[in-house]
Amino acid sequence: MTVLAASDLRLDAGPLDYALLAFYFVIVLGIGYLARRSVSTSLDFFLSGRSLPAWVTGLAFISANLGALELLGMAANGAQYGIPTVHYYWIGAIPAMVFLGLVMMPFYYGSKVRSVPEFLRRRFGKGAHLVNAISFACAQVLIAGVNLYALALLLNLMLGWPIPLSIVIAALVVLAYTTLGGLSAAIYNEVLQFFVIVAALLPVTIVGLVKVGGWSGLVDKITNSPGGGEQLSAWPATDLTGLGNATMSVIGLVFGLGFVLSFGYWTTNFAEVQRAMSAKSMSAAMRTPIIGAYPKALIPAIVIIPGMIAAVAVPQMAALKAGHGEAGLEFNHALPLLIRDLLPNGVLGVAITGLLASFMAGVAANVSSFNTVFTYDLWQDYVVKDKPDEYYLRVGRWATAAGVLVAIGTAFIASGYGNIMDYIQALFSFFNAPLFATFILGMFWRRMTPAAGWSGLVAGTLGAVAVFVLNEVGVLSLPGQGASFLGAGVAFVLDIAVSVVVSLATRPKPEAELVGFVYGLTPKEQRTHSTHGEDAGWYRSPYLLAGGVLVLTLVLNIIFA
Amino acid sequence: MTDRTATPTAPRRAGLFDLRWIIGFLFAVYGVVLTVLGLGFTTDADISKSAGVNINLWSGLAMLATAVVFGLWAGLRPLAVPAAAPAEELPEPPPGIDGHH
Repeated sequence: MTVLAASDLRLDAGPLDYALLAFYFVIVLGIGYLARRSVSTSLDFFLSGRSLPAWVTGLAFISANLGALELLGMAANGAQYGIPTVHYYWIGAIPAMVFLGLVMMPFYYGSKVRSVPEFLRRRFGKGAHLVNAISFACAQVLIAGVNLYALALLLNLMLGWPIPLSIVIAALVVLAYTTLGGLSAAIYNEVLQFFVIVAALLPVTIVGLVKVGGWSGLVDKITNSPGGGEQLSAWPATDLTGLGNATMSVIGLVFGLGFVLSFGYWTTNFAEVQRAMSAKSMSAAMRTPIIGAYPKALIPAIVIIPGMIAAVAVPQMAALKAGHGEAGLEFNHALPLLIRDLLPNGVLGVAITGLLASFMAGVAANVSSFNTVFTYDLWQDYVVKDKPDEYYLRVGRWATAAGVLVAIGTAFIASGYGNIMDYIQALFSFFNAPLFATFILGMFWRRMTPAAGWSGLVAGTLGAVAVFVLNEVGVLSLPGQGASFLGAGVAFVLDIAVSVVVSLATRPKPEAELVGFVYGLTPKEQRTHSTHGEDAGWYRSPYLLAGGVLVLTLVLNIIFA
Repeated sequence: MTDRTATPTAPRRAGLFDLRWIIGFLFAVYGVVLTVLGLGFTTDADISKSAGVNINLWSGLAMLATAVVFGLWAGLRPLAVPAAAPAEELPEPPPGIDGHH
């Protein structure tokens, strides 16, 4: 085995490719500059003045999640596991996105809260609010740092840029446009990024398919590759879950990934929910995650398929999959390697731009949700209260800058971890899984008390941390993501158990204060979206759109079963 | 409600610039560059690298088509900026989901 030379992943980028990349940066900064004109209040800055149309927020919703870690990671899973990777999209996202739109958005949007932590404050009071606001703000800055580091690593491999320089350049670009234009700039850029990412991935998918002899060629080659024909059908995905028994594997997927993990992420992660909160009406807010679900259902075609192609068409990847890869080569390199092998200058520049765009989308989503929670939920609620609105707008801009600086620091911390994806998953299982449990119980059980709100969150988070630590010190020995799955499950169950016990022993909030926050106490009109004016038309019905995407997902599952 | 100004009033500004023009512009520039590249400057080595497909040309043409679609959408259904009412994004109901042609 030879050590992977740094130049092996180097793309043959020419002046034209750099020009296309530079042009994209100009547009991104231009959007930041233009969006600045529309920012006159803190609500403009943090929630785009609640004025955006659903197609914009819907694409931003999906783009905020389409960070490059996700992109490279899913292409890597495609290379390693094949078609079963689609579960991260079809089981692991679509149902939760539909649930967010139809069940939870009426409360988020209808109560006019400005953040997910603020919802907790109004439902449960300060305890739960502080726990969530602080943990969310920390998590976002950490994840932004991880994203930055991953970007720098990739730029270093592909283009030979020094890692510190890449971190600082990418951070400054994101900082510039999010500070100028606030959430509008972030969201508008996310929509643009969505299209650029598609423009980057579509050519490599098409050329790749031509190269392996079309879909049937790919099927033949995968069948004869180390993974075998199992990698061509979505179910039961025993390799992906690590559960040998097919029935157990399906149950693990549906409950572990599909329920605990994905509902925790999609329905309570403010970086996502913020996009829907910025929509211009209740109907548009409900449609946001549902419109986003359509591209989410289809995007595996240009993410997972290139990964699968790389595993049979790029000799280095094929060797890795057969178990004798070069040292230093990872499945995460599947997409960059395929791009290197197939794309000539020109399209190559677009592909590099798309990868960079997806990194920046991730970082901007982290930063723009961090500054909102920091300003509204921490600074305004606990530190400096009752100042005029301009003051908080200014705080928001400074918080953005500070957040990016901390993220740069985190980027260097992240370099200590071998597997970045595990690191993120661990963080995420600490905070998100108990949050969903608290939300769902609090939304439907009026008896749940303020004390239960915070104690459930703390117990759940500690449970997840305990699983993580036990796995780290070797008491448990779960591979890679197995610990995250278990951690999230433990957190969920502990949160519910503690919340119920504490609720029965403490005093609930008066029902009058819970209107708009608890299902049984909220008048139907407040939970219902309008169906006239700009929300008119059958094709704008959130329920119809939701039905459509569920049917689409079901059909896709049947086709690829 | 809280005592703070959490409730938005109707947008009072001329509003947001139209993102559709910007997306169209980006793809128009990319499309022209790639199409010219594909037609005039793509070598046989480039083409054999991309499995015999002149991918610059095809990508360029697809991007030009995308630019035209966004331009038509933005041009035919411009942003309306009413004086007091919340901004009406699309004056008439479009045929597809929120105006996809």
